[in-house]
Amino acid sequence: MSTAAPPQVGAAAEKPQKVGLTERARAERKLAWMLCAPAVLMMVLVTAYPIGYALWLSLQKKDLRFPDETGFAGLDNYATVLGSGLWWKVVGNTVFITVVSVIIELILGMIIALVMHRAIFGRGAVRTSVLIPYGIVTVVAAFAWFYAFDPGTGFVNDTFLSPDDKAWFGGRGSALTVIILAEVWKTTPFMALLLLAGLTTIDEGLYEAARVDGASAWQRFTRITLPLMKPAIAVALLFRTLDAFRVFDSIFVMTRGAQDTQSVSILGYDQLISRLNLGLGSAVSVLIFIMVLAIAFLFVKGFGASVPGQEDS
Amino acid sequence: MLSRVSLAAVLVALAVALSACGGSSGGGSKTLNFYIFNEPGGGPQKVAQECSKQSGGKYDIEFKFLPNQADAQREQLVRRLGAEDESVDLIGMDVIWTGEFANAGWLEPVPEDVVGPASSKVFQSVLNTAKFEDRLMVVPIWSNTQLLWYRKDKVPGGKPPATWDQMIDVAEKQNLKINIQANRYEGLVVLANAMILSAGGKIVNGPTEVALPEEPTKRALEVMRRLGTSKAAPTGIDTSNEDTARLGFETGDSIFMVNYPFVYTSAKENAPKIFKEMGAAVYPRVDADKEPKPPLGGINIGVSKFSKKKDLAFEAIRCMIKAENQVTIAKMGGLPPVREDLYDDPEVQKIYPGFADVLRESIDKAGPRPSESPAYTDLSLGIQRGVHPLTKLGAPDEAYDKLHDYVEQAVKREGLL
Repeated sequence: MSTAAPPQVGAAAEKPQKVGLTERARAERKLAWMLCAPAVLMMVLVTAYPIGYALWLSLQKKDLRFPDETGFAGLDNYATVLGSGLWWKVVGNTVFITVVSVIIELILGMIIALVMHRAIFGRGAVRTSVLIPYGIVTVVAAFAWFYAFDPGTGFVNDTFLSPDDKAWFGGRGSALTVIILAEVWKTTPFMALLLLAGLTTIDEGLYEAARVDGASAWQRFTRITLPLMKPAIAVALLFRTLDAFRVFDSIFVMTRGAQDTQSVSILGYDQLISRLNLGLGSAVSVLIFIMVLAIAFLFVKGFGASVPGQEDS
Repeated sequence: MLSRVSLAAVLVALAVALSACGGSSGGGSKTLNFYIFNEPGGGPQKVAQECSKQSGGKYDIEFKFLPNQADAQREQLVRRLGAEDESVDLIGMDVIWTGEFANAGWLEPVPEDVVGPASSKVFQSVLNTAKFEDRLMVVPIWSNTQLLWYRKDKVPGGKPPATWDQMIDVAEKQNLKINIQANRYEGLVVLANAMILSAGGKIVNGPTEVALPEEPTKRALEVMRRLGTSKAAPTGIDTSNEDTARLGFETGDSIFMVNYPFVYTSAKENAPKIFKEMGAAVYPRVDADKEPKPPLGGINIGVSKFSKKKDLAFEAIRCMIKAENQVTIAKMGGLPPVREDLYDDPEVQKIYPGFADVLRESIDKAGPRPSESPAYTDLSLGIQRGVHPLTKLGAPDEAYDKLHDYVEQAVKREGLL
């Protein structure tokens, strides 16, 4: 939840030159720090403290149901989690859901962004209607999809999609399919919006010049649009990957993790909230946090994700 | 210097803000907060209101509603109790939470002067769910059990068979379904436990030892496998719960269903034609020569250790569990009383027309889930993973090993679940 701290802040702060700061620059910087201080303090209080507490808990033997059996456990909790077949299966599920849904979202989002960008009439209406799914509460959207596919209440089994009476949430493959569909439906607009922001920064003159030189539409897309949109795409992918990796609501509503459809967040929830095993659950949470950090690091270092509009001076 | 001043200002502001939201949420000193799910019949609310009135202003019971599903109720409660919330006075507890809550030190044991009225004429099976280490920790207020519901017009001879195997034979021959609860949730533990007990086995010997005797457990798993793979199994059997079972039965495609008595009133309203042909019998057996072990549900009332009004709370409980109040709850919501003698009451007989005695027999013979274990949640999760999905349950040997592994892991409280 609080794990997706904006990763770009650090990258931007590294840049300033080291030599010869003037008196004035130094004073300005001091003022800047003071202006930021309350916000930083707040952030430390509401994010650093819980993260630190979770780290500490993950090294303890602590189960609320057994108040007498507590103590320092070292890395035992981590050994238990990492040594469990269930953990790796669940990580596999999560990666699968993330990769598949983000790829579909990227392709659909790009198409929608192009449509929104080129829409001649009703621009506002098109953009608004595309955004509607993103405005719906995730749990509500998950219930809508659940009821649509449920054999008892759903309409899907009455359509051409499924001539038989299919129990969609009774099998792993079909349950994962519905979960991914719900995720894609819900967050493609977000992807499209981020990509649209990238599209609008491209100078129209480039396209005109390319057209004059005889470039086809496909060449204009691959040679101009894609390269110039690279930063926007990287940011969109980063945000969506981080989000998708923490998928919880849809799975919780549709299967509650049954038929091997658990994600890492569901697994953490089960240990923490259902079993009250704070030690083990915190270890799972910390591992999720580390994986999320790793994803952010990979994107920032590997793909050069940065804030849209930032000059690479 | 300036920064230190601003830092201090921020801290002061924060302290003010925090103390403002940390205020007491207990209400007046006479208010008893009762955390319980919103029972649709409204019986508990009526009874609590009456008791508050009769107390002459000594206490006033206020309901704080929990979600409808037992898992979700428990999750909200344990979060409050884990944080030692003083605003919780009375707790409406599922019969399976006693061990966990008592072991965690969240419950005030029932005082001597309440033990008498709390256990007088109460079914022994029900009373067992209220005890932890031989001490009465909570007070039963209503019970529940599953019955075998059948279609009088479809069953040969008008009488239901006694065993699961015979039921499956009949249903397959008639091309009709059998509705059960087999989603991966507590309801599946209810089924698995009833099967294993009725085959002559049990799941654990006390909180730390796996029982699962090989022969009866394999027999139970064999029957469950047959149930899951039979053509009498409804399409969504692996995601079925009490509600989908009820809805399935009400469509008229089913001949049998195991479920709680709420289905009777539901059918009366939703499917009058089916309702006319609906019969009730004691829960099916695994083998004809062994007793059935019907599931046991219901609610016990506990008093939180962190409550500031424990004496008042127990006084309120003494009032709410009175015989006439149990009848009111039964009348309004169909929830079976915990006092055995009430089943002879003509008023109760009228609430369960023709099956009040079946209900009494069922609660009396009921086989509880192994909830004396403080780690019951682990056990429940383990059992669920061990037998779900029924449609893909392996041959008895393989299924037995899987279930045994999960239960052992749960009992040792090791690893992830």
